[in-house]
Amino acid sequence: MKRVREICLAPAALTLITLFATPVAILVVYTLLTRGAYGGVEHPYTLDNWGRLFDPLYLSILARSFSVAAVSTGLCLLLGFPLALFIARAGRRKNLYLSLVMLPFWTSLLVRTYAWMFLLRDTGLINTALQATGLIREPLPLLYNWWAVILGLVYGYLPFMVLPLFATLERMDPSLLEAAADLGSRPFDTLWRVILPLSAPGMRAGAILVFIPCLGAYLTPDLMGGGKTILIGTVIQNQFTNARDWPFGAALSLALMAAVMLLLWLQVRRKGETLL
Amino acid sequence: MADVLEIEGLTKHFPGHAALEDLTLGIAEGEFFSLLGPSGCGKTTTLRLIAGFETPTRGDIRLRGKSQNSLRPYERNVSTVFQSYALFPHLTVRENIEFGLRYRRKGNGAALVRQSIEMLELGGKEMRKPDELSGGEKQRVALARSLVIEPDVLLLDEPLSALDPNLRKQVRSELKALQRRVGITFVFITHDQEEALSMSDRIALLNHGRLEQLGTPHELYLAPRSRFAAAFLGPVNWIDHVGLRPEATRLLARPTEGLHSVAATIESSTFLGNCVHVEARTSGGTLVVAEVSRLNGKWQAGQPIHICWDPGDEIRLPPA
Repeated sequence: MKRVREICLAPAALTLITLFATPVAILVVYTLLTRGAYGGVEHPYTLDNWGRLFDPLYLSILARSFSVAAVSTGLCLLLGFPLALFIARAGRRKNLYLSLVMLPFWTSLLVRTYAWMFLLRDTGLINTALQATGLIREPLPLLYNWWAVILGLVYGYLPFMVLPLFATLERMDPSLLEAAADLGSRPFDTLWRVILPLSAPGMRAGAILVFIPCLGAYLTPDLMGGGKTILIGTVIQNQFTNARDWPFGAALSLALMAAVMLLLWLQVRRKGETLL
Repeated sequence: MADVLEIEGLTKHFPGHAALEDLTLGIAEGEFFSLLGPSGCGKTTTLRLIAGFETPTRGDIRLRGKSQNSLRPYERNVSTVFQSYALFPHLTVRENIEFGLRYRRKGNGAALVRQSIEMLELGGKEMRKPDELSGGEKQRVALARSLVIEPDVLLLDEPLSALDPNLRKQVRSELKALQRRVGITFVFITHDQEEALSMSDRIALLNHGRLEQLGTPHELYLAPRSRFAAAFLGPVNWIDHVGLRPEATRLLARPTEGLHSVAATIESSTFLGNCVHVEARTSGGTLVVAEVSRLNGKWQAGQPIHICWDPGDEIRLPPA
């Protein structure tokens, strides 16, 4: 029995070791080396790369990334909860609505991001239409700013909030809602006192699924922020390309990973339960 | 006394089937009233209509003379003890009990909570969450939560069915005593005739969405008005259109003055500890089950016997 289990687990373990653990180990080694003149790494060993992380410039970029991720997660929660509740109560239409939520995944995020840019840019659909109706004379600055980044992230990651929330809400025992009404609680009170507290596990799972990719997001901030809102993902990408500073890029990535792990660990420890 | 709850012509049709058809009955203040019937008879639908979870197709429900039809569940002064108890899993015992107080506060809420915790013997368990409670404790929390808001009528949806059988009998008498003490009208839903007989002041027997018979436990058991009612309340033998409960039979060697009797031959006897079930076939070919004391003798297959009974114990159905 034990042999069978080991054999079955081996492919997954092997994949994780070769594709995850090994690159991380290589990253750790890179952080301790010196940058090469044309990229890559050279001797001697040094701790300078870790020291540079505490440069106020990078700390502020990290803080900005956290706030962007937090605002996006909050907005996903605000938009996702009513949607998930609506779908959970849609009866026979449930599957239809769920597949509509998943529909964007049929095309790549890159294509969808470009679609947003065509909508939002100065000569885009929205500005052209508004100008044509005479409501505005100059195009509105809809793209290449902080809010455009938030819009892109919320749009991209909303399904990751909706799905776990839906799962929690759908599992909720309907007799609990009847019991609340039976004891005199009006619908809004029931939402506040019963439904919201009981959907906490779904909110937590959704928040984690949205927050982590938003924190390290590179594509959306780069395209929709137009390089004006520098986030940590862009900085890391830059170290490995234009700046040709692999050791520092490695240190930044590991620091980001460590921050995420710390957050998750605090979350698990506080609640004393499993993550998702 | 005036009826606290009046149900008139209550009808509920779901797409494809009629769950309840023209139910009319009144429930008196302080009464322990049972809705009894097999599954699908409409008893749960009736309860959900009273609570306001379903809208009637036709008919009226009046609470203290006031029609409830246009009221939402949270506007009705009734409360439900759910079959699964439906305790809020994220709240403690105390928070569960306090849940409805803010909407229907009458007098001192804290004192009411203390009182009901004491009455239902939940002292010391106030800070526990529902999943840390036993089945019996959960049931008592559900009762306390509903009683603390002092409803005009307490609706109980098969509250004993989730308990283990040993506990069930004990809880029956406790529930009855509790109802007497608080004086609140109980409407108790059950499919278990023993539960209904042992606790109720009156029973409404439902079948296929219609009221089959309404009466006291004695009336329903001893004077059922239909074969269905007779059989649902307990085992019954039919000898020439006369019903006879197994425990009303006597097995005698010869007919006796003052008793009705029929000649029969014993087919088998089963020892059940406190009594013996004897199966005998009459000369007319009917199989009769008699429940007799083990002290009354020994019964062997093939033995000729007379099945005798007091005429007063006969169940006579009204002509159809």
